[in-house]
Amino acid sequence: MSEVLFYAFAAIAVAGALGMVLNLHNTVAAALSLVGTMVALGGLYVLLEAYLIGVLQILVYAGAIVVVFLFVVMLLNLRRDVFPAGRQWMTKGLALGISLVVLVRFLRLVPGSFGEPAALPEGFGGYREIGARLFTDYVLAFEVTSLLLLAAMVGAVILAKREPSEPDGDPRTPVSRSEAS
Amino acid sequence: MIEEAVALSGILFAIGAIGALVRRNVIVVLMCIELMLNAVNLALVAFSRLWADATGQVFVMMVIVVAAAEVAVGLGIVIALFRNRESVNVEEVSLLKW
Repeated sequence: MSEVLFYAFAAIAVAGALGMVLNLHNTVAAALSLVGTMVALGGLYVLLEAYLIGVLQILVYAGAIVVVFLFVVMLLNLRRDVFPAGRQWMTKGLALGISLVVLVRFLRLVPGSFGEPAALPEGFGGYREIGARLFTDYVLAFEVTSLLLLAAMVGAVILAKREPSEPDGDPRTPVSRSEAS
Repeated sequence: MIEEAVALSGILFAIGAIGALVRRNVIVVLMCIELMLNAVNLALVAFSRLWADATGQVFVMMVIVVAAAEVAVGLGIVIALFRNRESVNVEEVSLLKW
């Protein structure tokens, strides 16, 4: 049963990822494909006995991060990203080739590299064990991530803030949205 | 199941890397970076299961926090970029190109 679920979630994850990368015309659909991948990965985490991480994955990624992406797509009115014909085919071909070669070498390494999974202690992957580790061994890292989140919040507000409108003649005044599209 | 999960994380990482290198829409490039972070998370969870050690899952939480911070700042930069250049095409933002 869990094998079948595992392969189903894996297929959904790969399909969502491919749908995101190969979708050349619609950014909203790409973001929704990414939601599919995130939810499937949450299911995989549960199958791998990481229950808290599975819940956090769905809450944070599918629930928050992709929604922020969709907000930005909507805010910038980018439903269709039609760009002029692409250049740099050689660079992109090289990127594709190197990535695929590295992937194949990696996949050759995997079979038979790991032994049998160890026996699970009681309550593995639950909030109790993760929380105990987080607040004892890794409490410094935990505090530093809170600082990181604060810095990111302030930075995002400052970056996205509209600058006070300057007197006319400002060369940076953008053309109106209707002209551009 | 561990081997399959690690192989899947490699596949997802490769898809994300190819997308980040090939796509030209800045927002899609950011989404591909998220996909790569997720692939690494999957490998961490799989190894955490292999050794029955919850430390890997603590690392996954840290990666999730960093990803959230990265998305907030990255999308702030995208909005500022769009305001100045009226475009999200990475090929038009080549001032620092060598």
